[in-house]
Amino acid sequence: MIDNYFTKEVSDGVAFLYLNQKDSKVNIVSPSLIDVFGQIIDQIISDDSIKAAVFISAKKDFIAGADIQSFKAEEVGDFQPISRKGHLLLSRLENSPKPFVAAIHGTAYGLGVELPLACSARIASNHRSTKFALPEVKLGLLPGGGGTQRLPRLIGLQASLDMMLTGKNIFARKAKKIGLIDELVHHSKLKIASKNLALSLVNNTLRRKRKVSFLNKFLDSTSIGRSIVYKEARKKVMRQTLGNYPAPLEILNCVETGLKQGQKQGYEAEVIKFEELMIGSVSKELRNLFFAMTAKKKNPWSSDIGKLNTLGILGAGFMGSGIAEVSLNKGIDIVMKDVNANTIQTAKKHLWKNLSKQVKRKSLTKLEAKNAITAVRGQVDYSDFDKIDVLVEAVFEDMEMKQKILAEVEQYTNDDFIFATNTSALSIEEIGKYAKHPENVIGLHYFSPVSKMPLLEIVRTAHTSNRTIATCYDLGLNQGKTNIVVNNGPGFYVNRILAPYLNEAMLLLEEGGDIIEIDNTMKAYGFPVGPFALMDEVGIDVGAHVMTGDLAEMFKRRKGAVMSEGLLKMNQAGFKGRKNIKGFLAYNKKGKKIRGKANESVYEFFDKPLKVKFDLSDIQLRTTLLMVNEAVLCFQEGIIESPQDGDLGAIFGIGFRPFTGGPFRYLDQVGSDYVVKELERLKKLYGDRFSPCDLLLQYAKSTNSFY
Amino acid sequence: MQCEINEKKRVLFMLEKNKIVFIDGCRTPFLRSGTEYLNLMSYELGQFAIKGLLQKTGLDPNYVDQVIMGTVISNVKTSNVAREAALASGIPNKVHCQTVTQACISANRAICNGINEITVGNADVVIAGGVENTSDTPIGFPKKMRNKLFSAQKIKGLGDSLKFIFSLRPSDFIPVRPAVAEYTTGRTMGQDCDIMAARYEISRDQQDDFALRSHQLAGIAETKGYLKNEMCEVSLEPKFKVIKTDNGIRPNSKREKLASLRAAFDKKHGTLTAANSSFLTDGAAASLIASESKAKELGLNPKSIIIDYAFTGQDLEDELLLGPAYAISKVLDKSGLSLDQMDVIELHEAFAGQVLSNIKCLESDDFAKEKLGRDKAVGKIDIGKVNKWGGSLSIGHPFGATGSRLLTTASNRLHVEGGKYALIAACAAGAHGHAMIIKKYEA
Repeated sequence: MIDNYFTKEVSDGVAFLYLNQKDSKVNIVSPSLIDVFGQIIDQIISDDSIKAAVFISAKKDFIAGADIQSFKAEEVGDFQPISRKGHLLLSRLENSPKPFVAAIHGTAYGLGVELPLACSARIASNHRSTKFALPEVKLGLLPGGGGTQRLPRLIGLQASLDMMLTGKNIFARKAKKIGLIDELVHHSKLKIASKNLALSLVNNTLRRKRKVSFLNKFLDSTSIGRSIVYKEARKKVMRQTLGNYPAPLEILNCVETGLKQGQKQGYEAEVIKFEELMIGSVSKELRNLFFAMTAKKKNPWSSDIGKLNTLGILGAGFMGSGIAEVSLNKGIDIVMKDVNANTIQTAKKHLWKNLSKQVKRKSLTKLEAKNAITAVRGQVDYSDFDKIDVLVEAVFEDMEMKQKILAEVEQYTNDDFIFATNTSALSIEEIGKYAKHPENVIGLHYFSPVSKMPLLEIVRTAHTSNRTIATCYDLGLNQGKTNIVVNNGPGFYVNRILAPYLNEAMLLLEEGGDIIEIDNTMKAYGFPVGPFALMDEVGIDVGAHVMTGDLAEMFKRRKGAVMSEGLLKMNQAGFKGRKNIKGFLAYNKKGKKIRGKANESVYEFFDKPLKVKFDLSDIQLRTTLLMVNEAVLCFQEGIIESPQDGDLGAIFGIGFRPFTGGPFRYLDQVGSDYVVKELERLKKLYGDRFSPCDLLLQYAKSTNSFY
Repeated sequence: MQCEINEKKRVLFMLEKNKIVFIDGCRTPFLRSGTEYLNLMSYELGQFAIKGLLQKTGLDPNYVDQVIMGTVISNVKTSNVAREAALASGIPNKVHCQTVTQACISANRAICNGINEITVGNADVVIAGGVENTSDTPIGFPKKMRNKLFSAQKIKGLGDSLKFIFSLRPSDFIPVRPAVAEYTTGRTMGQDCDIMAARYEISRDQQDDFALRSHQLAGIAETKGYLKNEMCEVSLEPKFKVIKTDNGIRPNSKREKLASLRAAFDKKHGTLTAANSSFLTDGAAASLIASESKAKELGLNPKSIIIDYAFTGQDLEDELLLGPAYAISKVLDKSGLSLDQMDVIELHEAFAGQVLSNIKCLESDDFAKEKLGRDKAVGKIDIGKVNKWGGSLSIGHPFGATGSRLLTTASNRLHVEGGKYALIAACAAGAHGHAMIIKKYEA
């Protein structure tokens, strides 16, 4: 059993315990590994020929995290035994008479941090692949391997909360600076240095010196200071989660319990709370989301992937340069074409600024940055377009223009080239109507800002070939995106379900709703930004464009359609949202949002009604259920191929309440019949646009669930 | 068994002569020294030329076997500038790179080394060219000062430090800029060419006419897009201003203006001026050469076939810049071709006087008998075939890179003008000469 996880090697009385999980590229934590850990620790302690031991990895990463799927808990008492076993084991390690050293190179996530915390000392490679994180919070959990107790004691309260509440990566140098790591060496010296460190610890203990400012000492180590830290942290957590995510608060609780009442109580709290979170629906859905994302990393068309050496980007504006940015350093040459040389220059400046930042952070070498920027070629003509494998077109949203451009580039490109249009609303079918090879035409709907938004909506037409889809799917993966492949239709999927939601928010305005109140209500409901802030971000001009084309026509044709004209009026009046600091919300001159303030002049465009006090849940349900209903309709019509795609698209494209797992998971949770009932109620009050779609009615009648 | 196959392969390579092809070339715009490339290191220029070549030919860099670059003024930080340029342009690190130097024919040397590597079977695809950034000239301390600094490395304690400080003299701090002078004779190349022009009786008028011609032809070639076709754009971080044209070409120069300039190297008797001499230039160029079979396999379209080449060395005192005359004679002998079979001629224009002196020597029976061991002159050069798209006098002359430009232009001219053979020749400091014959490629 041990051999499945460890390779042991003894040298000069030091046992090197190589984490070396069989049949796996990485070391990941599972219940059976925890058993093996216990055995190996016993072995070391009872073997008189061994003076000290080193945990080190035989793989390129230390411990990449936990096999979340192998940990299950349905009710109280399911998970506590596993937690307790783990705690016991780590405390045996901590109190071992022989020193254990953790020697870390590569990724150390979750238990990859907590195991070293229980060792006598930690040494790490200074390689840029070495990074530490406690990402549990992102899955709605807390560090359950003693992390909430040992980490604050080692690196101080503030630094530990920062790590646990954000789950962010801490790179080697920073880890040494905050005291998480005792020594940094070149990765080739990791073995010898860890041996020397282990041997030195046989008779001596390590004396750690860390420079701490007076203020931090006060905040980290006095009870008054700590209570200030807890208070501020809670405030911040509440501001960010609005109470929708329990994990960060529980992390705070565990830390506080441990520091106030002693470690024993702290560990106990960790065991109880971890299980509680495991059983709760938030973590369950966040984990489901994680699984869905992981599943999407596999290209379903992997056997059809075509060549992609050169990526062409037409239009070097905000979108074009964003697409270039996420394509840098992927071994792809980029040809950026724009009619204006200055736009290209600006785009390159922007790219270089980002690259320089990465060089400064040492996440990129100077040479890699050079390679990246040299691979971007800007040009105002079509020279060498025959080298282009995939061309992403990101020019002005105009059907005729896009058709014209396709015809124009076809004169210069080879026959195999893929024409990917980055439109948010125009029909891909129509754009490719006159294409020489309609099978090579596809939609790649990136979201703005490209580098931050995780979703790529790949839109195929009836003609799009598998090679075209496969190659673009691969491109999306390369760019770090989560892909959903949808069929062509007005607004595709994301904008299609967004439109009725935004329209309803604007109808609320017309009825006397308040911009800030609606935004805040939706945020409290679990959307990361409110509908009006979202429209400002996306751009009112873009929104107005989406709401005038095929999509609007489709909605208008529906029975009982009520469309707000406010957005179109705003667009005509020159409101563009954030980009020209004229939007629904108020901004200062530098373009920063003024918190809690709306742009009062906007109400004019919505007939300036008298303010009405709405029932908050009415605001939430009217907007959200329209989106949910539209999502099901998209599934019914075959726009999306699976509820999973629908959930991923809604969460990553719009920010649909992530903790519910998406519209379809939400339906499964609350029951389709409940949603139908609510829709019928709203229909009676507000009209036929709330009619539940056929498929939803079917699900409501049966006991079927979407998953 | 494997050994036998290898031997056979090698013999085959040696036997089949017309085996190495020139695919295409690419260069950065050539800029006058101290202008917009001022902040660049020379490897960065090389990076653009190599990347541009890859983009132009569509070659997957994984198929490159070697990168060979020539350079003259080398920066100690990047001694093997070929390696740095290759890495920065995205050539995989498994590709080994070398830097060669042979004054103004460094790139020619690099290309010929590449040809040799392909011939003996060490490589199939080679990127060869050169880089020069005279704006990146390392300025040093005088030798006396360098000795002091060298021994200062061993300083221990305050006493030694003080001793070192007191040993310094103001003159130690005068920077030394490397001069473009012949080490053996101590003369600059301009002085030598001035002497040569006098010896072969090339008048000031002839030189000024030739210089004007160079600028005018380059101007026409630029307008027609011939030069752009051989270039990649350069845009530099952090501002990314696009540089896409040479800045030395002056097609509108007035002949009277040229005549009014003062002699640059010999105020009293000299005929060489700033206008009929090539100027210090920054730039880089790269050529893609390959075995014909590999080129076919990779779907590359060759422009020309390398027929033969020659290098020569002459007397440093009297014949410093007469390399082309010697090398042309030699390469014609080697290949069994004659001067009038050449349809395109590309001569490096270090100085107008140097080009004209060499042409005169080639036409001279006396020179042929005395120096080349021929019965009569090598032949008459039809000036109408020479440097029809301008030359180093107008386009500029980055020492390490010009050779690659000559090969590229000669190949392109064969296609634009029509014709079968092209002759390339250049002189170099150290009294070296180079010549090469290529043939238009027809599949």
